Amino acid sequence: MAAPCVFCGAAGFYRFFLGSRVPLAQRQGIWKAAAAAELQTGTRSQIVRLKHVTVVTTKKNVAASRHETYTADFIKKQLEEFNIGKRHLANMMGEDPETFTQEDIDRAVVYLFPSGLFEKRARPVMKHPDHIFPKQRAIQWGEDGRPFHFLFYTGKQSYYSLMHEAYGKLLDIEKRQNQLQAEGLDLEKTKTKDLIGSRWLIKEELEEMLVEKLSDQDYAQFIRLLERFSTLRCGAAEEEFVQRFRKSITIQSKKQLIEPLQYDDQGMAFSTSEGKRKSAKAEVVVYERGNGKIKVNGVDYLLYFPVTQDREQLMFPFHFLDRLGKHDMNCTVSGGGRSAQAGAIRLATAKALCSFVTEDEVEWMRQAGLLTTDPRVRERKKPGQEGARRKFTWKKR
Amino acid sequence: MLKGMARLISRVHKLDRGRFLHTGTRIPQSIAGHLDNQAPVESPRAISRTSESDPVKHGEQQEGQHYNIPHQDLKTVFPHGLPPRFLMQVKTFSEACLMVRKPALELLQYLKNTNFAHPAVRYILYGEKGTGKTLSLCHVVHFCAKQDWLILHIPDALRWVKNCRDLLQSTHNKQRLDQPLEASTWLKNFKTSNERFLSQIKVQEKYVWNKRESTEKGSPLGEVVEQGITRVRNATDAVGIVLKELKRQSSSGLFHVLVAVDGVNALWGRTTLRREDKSVIAPEELALIHNLRKMVKNDWNGGAIVLTLSQTGSLFKPRTAYLPQELLGKEGFDALDPFIPILVSNYSPKEFESCIQYYLENNWLQHEKAPTEEGRKELLFLSNANPGQLERLCAYL
Repeated sequence: MAAPCVFCGAAGFYRFFLGSRVPLAQRQGIWKAAAAAELQTGTRSQIVRLKHVTVVTTKKNVAASRHETYTADFIKKQLEEFNIGKRHLANMMGEDPETFTQEDIDRAVVYLFPSGLFEKRARPVMKHPDHIFPKQRAIQWGEDGRPFHFLFYTGKQSYYSLMHEAYGKLLDIEKRQNQLQAEGLDLEKTKTKDLIGSRWLIKEELEEMLVEKLSDQDYAQFIRLLERFSTLRCGAAEEEFVQRFRKSITIQSKKQLIEPLQYDDQGMAFSTSEGKRKSAKAEVVVYERGNGKIKVNGVDYLLYFPVTQDREQLMFPFHFLDRLGKHDMNCTVSGGGRSAQAGAIRLATAKALCSFVTEDEVEWMRQAGLLTTDPRVRERKKPGQEGARRKFTWKKR
Repeated sequence: MLKGMARLISRVHKLDRGRFLHTGTRIPQSIAGHLDNQAPVESPRAISRTSESDPVKHGEQQEGQHYNIPHQDLKTVFPHGLPPRFLMQVKTFSEACLMVRKPALELLQYLKNTNFAHPAVRYILYGEKGTGKTLSLCHVVHFCAKQDWLILHIPDALRWVKNCRDLLQSTHNKQRLDQPLEASTWLKNFKTSNERFLSQIKVQEKYVWNKRESTEKGSPLGEVVEQGITRVRNATDAVGIVLKELKRQSSSGLFHVLVAVDGVNALWGRTTLRREDKSVIAPEELALIHNLRKMVKNDWNGGAIVLTLSQTGSLFKPRTAYLPQELLGKEGFDALDPFIPILVSNYSPKEFESCIQYYLENNWLQHEKAPTEEGRKELLFLSNANPGQLERLCAYL
């Protein structure tokens, strides 16, 4: 730690140096970030222009507005500690320290420190320092105060350097193409293959990559520049450059589980599945051949759901797939109210019908919203209000 | 859904994301395949209507077909017999058409073969709500009227045990209570339906109404009825006398008596009526009910008793109850014990088709999808072939 004796003269300021981990910004007074860094690195004994002097004023929550700076040493130390800790943890859990992955760490932490907190981000976590501490930039200038990067004074050096690089590549490609055209070797190549199944990075992801704030217009400009690549014929290096900024997306419907068909004694195929809506749970068995008879909890559906709206809900999956009178159904449902039970049965029916139906139709059903569990549940009542949203009657006096 | 977007606005926003349009979200393949296929139905009238308007001649061939009740018969036979919804339909279509169904045909068969020397047989029509018990009863009543029986039709016994404004202490028996209004209305209707018998039947006792009025022995029954209608105070007693006389004289063989009671579970249930001191009245204490109970007992011969259970207007009974045991209670069941139960169930596919055809002929279903195959399937699913439900559904279309 930097020599405290330099400031010992100031009375009552010992707590300034309580542990090197305490972020500097929390201290009272005004510090220059650069000055603080110089302090910490410590060996220089130049005169540090400090403006903190004798003010004991407590500034409320100044920390919240400042960026916390972590030095490279600090991060390195954290990394060492993390690795050592990982090996200790592996030993504790009786597993091989060499092949201890992050998932194993998570499982171990959950086992050793069971937490009842609802907020996932408040639970104990042990991750690589890169995930915990936000990426920060190293000091951008050298000893003499001169910045390293030639675009430092634009303010957004990474962004502009990236644009510069991309444009340079574009020009190279065009030059090459012109040369080839001049020589007469013209080869056509389609560029659409890399655009399917992937998307451009969103603005937040790009910001994270560059460790720099961007504006919407900047981002749009960048994407437009990248899209120009797809119109031209690029070599492998340029392709790789563009691919750095694309992320692949999985096709949604592949995630839908299709229940396998089961066969009962008489050889009739049937399919079971469950559905939930708002605290009502339903389990449904759909038989392949039938008259269109439906029994809910042992009772005919006309008697169980006297309201037409509920029966319409039951009808929806069959009607959508055009199989109105073709299947028999047996359901058990519990919990919720009448509408919730109808919705739960509807979801369960749709899922069960997936196994009788082609993949295309499953995709259509998913797009129609038949296969999605309705996430709406009853909102909690808050204190100080009469209900979830309703406030108490406002009285002027 | 057969319901257009503009209608049922109140229900639209209650449906969750399954707000589906027929033309929009259906699977593309199915739209191409389905056209209006009216072709198989060559002569729709042959399916839904029959020209036999005499119930005497109804047999197996007319099953599922509607027959027309002439307006004359409507006025004489059914002054009070038809259910209110059916009356509205009659007014709209300006014709009264009843469907010939199996339970009614069965009953007619039994009635044709009654042996009038034996005590009156009791038939009970029971079934789920909305399956057509009351209309079957009306069919039987029409049949018997055509055969020149004397009809004692109590359209709804349940109306006598609830919502009665004025209760008088009975003049005849101090413990019982009179219901002048109901009794007088019933007497009026009885008069309209059985005009010719009133002059034929002679009273066999002398009845003293009050100090000044009395009916001599040997005077026609019509006088008693007149007395009841004019002097409302004595209406209940008049009803009692009519019932007693008819019971006594039915065995003579001059005429046959049909006792048709709808909602017979009122006789043995509970009432919602209370005395001025807020004590509950049991059904026995109502003179009308008491007399009716005597009538329904099978200790007389020369006729038949046809009864209907009804859950719709019943008091203090769960909605799912439809069996005689549940609705009549132990007391009622024992009182009615040897009876022939006839189950009235939902429409068979043929009857369903016939009903839809009937509505289409009368231009009752205006929705463009109504005549199509899919439309019928939807209606079938939603109503589950229940006549009452189907009628209510079609009312919107």
